[in-house]
Amino acid sequence: MRAGPGRWAVLAALVVLAAVMLFPFLIVAVNAVKSPAEYGAEGPLSLPGELYLQGIADFWKRVDFGAKLWNSLVISGSVAVLAVVLSVLNAYALGIGRVRGRLWILVLFLVGNTLPQEALAYPLYYLSKEVGLYDSKVSVIIVFTAIQAAFGTYLLSAVLGQFPREILEAAAIDGAGRFRALWRIVVPISRPTINVLLIFFFIWTWNEFFLPLIFLISNDNQTVPVALGVLQGEKYMDATMSSASALLGIVPAVAFFLIFQRTLTRGVTVGAVK
Amino acid sequence: MRARTKGYWWYLAPSLVLFLAVIVAPFLMNVATSFTRWSGVGTPRWVGLDNYTRLLDDERFWQSFQHNVGLIVAMAIVPTALGLLLAAVLFDYIGRRFGARTAAALRATYYLPQVLPVAVAGVVWGWMLHPSYGAVNQIFGLKLDWLGDPDLALATVMAVMVWFQLGYPVVIFMAGLQRVDPALHEAAEIDGASWWRRFWHITIPQIRPETFVVLLTCTIAALKVFGPIYVLTRGGPGNATMVPSYFSYLSFFQKSNVGYGSAIATVLALIIIVVTFLFLRVQERES
Repeated sequence: MRAGPGRWAVLAALVVLAAVMLFPFLIVAVNAVKSPAEYGAEGPLSLPGELYLQGIADFWKRVDFGAKLWNSLVISGSVAVLAVVLSVLNAYALGIGRVRGRLWILVLFLVGNTLPQEALAYPLYYLSKEVGLYDSKVSVIIVFTAIQAAFGTYLLSAVLGQFPREILEAAAIDGAGRFRALWRIVVPISRPTINVLLIFFFIWTWNEFFLPLIFLISNDNQTVPVALGVLQGEKYMDATMSSASALLGIVPAVAFFLIFQRTLTRGVTVGAVK
Repeated sequence: MRARTKGYWWYLAPSLVLFLAVIVAPFLMNVATSFTRWSGVGTPRWVGLDNYTRLLDDERFWQSFQHNVGLIVAMAIVPTALGLLLAAVLFDYIGRRFGARTAAALRATYYLPQVLPVAVAGVVWGWMLHPSYGAVNQIFGLKLDWLGDPDLALATVMAVMVWFQLGYPVVIFMAGLQRVDPALHEAAEIDGASWWRRFWHITIPQIRPETFVVLLTCTIAALKVFGPIYVLTRGGPGNATMVPSYFSYLSFFQKSNVGYGSAIATVLALIIIVVTFLFLRVQERES
């Protein structure tokens, strides 16, 4: 391969772009550990003279951030598990059972998943008040289980549609019932796709903002993105505390990315082009 | 055959009940409410198409969809175009000259903003763009009110969304490029085709399916955008960054004008359904 000096220029351009993409993360991290006095004197661009963790600690205590993390964890975890269970059941009926009208059912699920939440928000808000679920984690779990399962069904049905039939026929001859075949054969063999769905549902639900904003109005129930989004512009949010709050929003998201990186990069492409 | 598939219906039952209660019924209720005047309490009063005719005369409504077009440019068109170029350069230029690890590291960096909850991305940029203490003004030595100036606010939100969205197409396209037969590029190279010619005549046609999918999913995301607007500008200043989703949210929960909000949400839903069907058709034709 010929190696001209041009290739360094190309690499330099891409590295500059990478620096621009990373810059917000870095500057948030730097200023989250800077004291307000130092920020006032030096501004946002200087490196902190000393590690000042009081801003993060104050913000954490003030908004009871641990509780927000727990809420997000409970909601996202429950949705991920429930939505995967439903997706598997649906995909079993549609992909392997090939029930009549399956194409229409799939279209219905897909449209349901794509509908803007704005077109469901007020009736859901109204209904949840009627049944006494307003401002509860349960309400958000129910709604997102339905929305995520709709997508999961669409994806998993396509995967199970290609499931090797011989295995199922062999199981039927051995006397395995339908549920046994699902639980003992289909689920273990589809494990990789199911894992991708679990992780995606978890992260998607974690990142949701609109419906949780409407449903979770009390401080005790708020998720991480809702708490941070609502606090923007509060009087006590000075420069360093704002960056501390941003950092607390970034850390879990980046942690998930690093933990699930391999599954995620595989999954992003599975989701887009099946 | 029918008897054999019949028992499978039970597996669908829980989801169908849930789906009916959480998506189908609320959606139909929303459409029904859009034909009424209702403050959220008391009995809705039937007004026929009144909300829709009022929408057509409402300048904010048209503005909000114009802003949506801007966001489609920022979230779908620019990231797709830039993503195609970046993915191709990373894949068959950087990857071949500096190694696959360099390309993968750069790809991960571009993707990083995508992992943030979009509301958190808004918090980050709200802080960086603050007119008095924000980092952006400090760097450029400016004193601009990026989000508070009606002439700047939409462009600023668009720039933030490009930053947020760029990594997604890069990742999808790089995965798509692995499908492309390297022999095509080698043959073209032997024939003396420049990198740009190969990019234009081989790479782009080969990853058409991915390009369609990315364009359409990003367009839907742009039509739905709410979080960044809520966190960065609340639709303001004035209506400079008003979008349909935020407009309906305002009507529902702040102006107690539920019928009007429902009409906006219904129009938005119809547009998105049309785009979704387009997406299905394209996917069907491609496969």
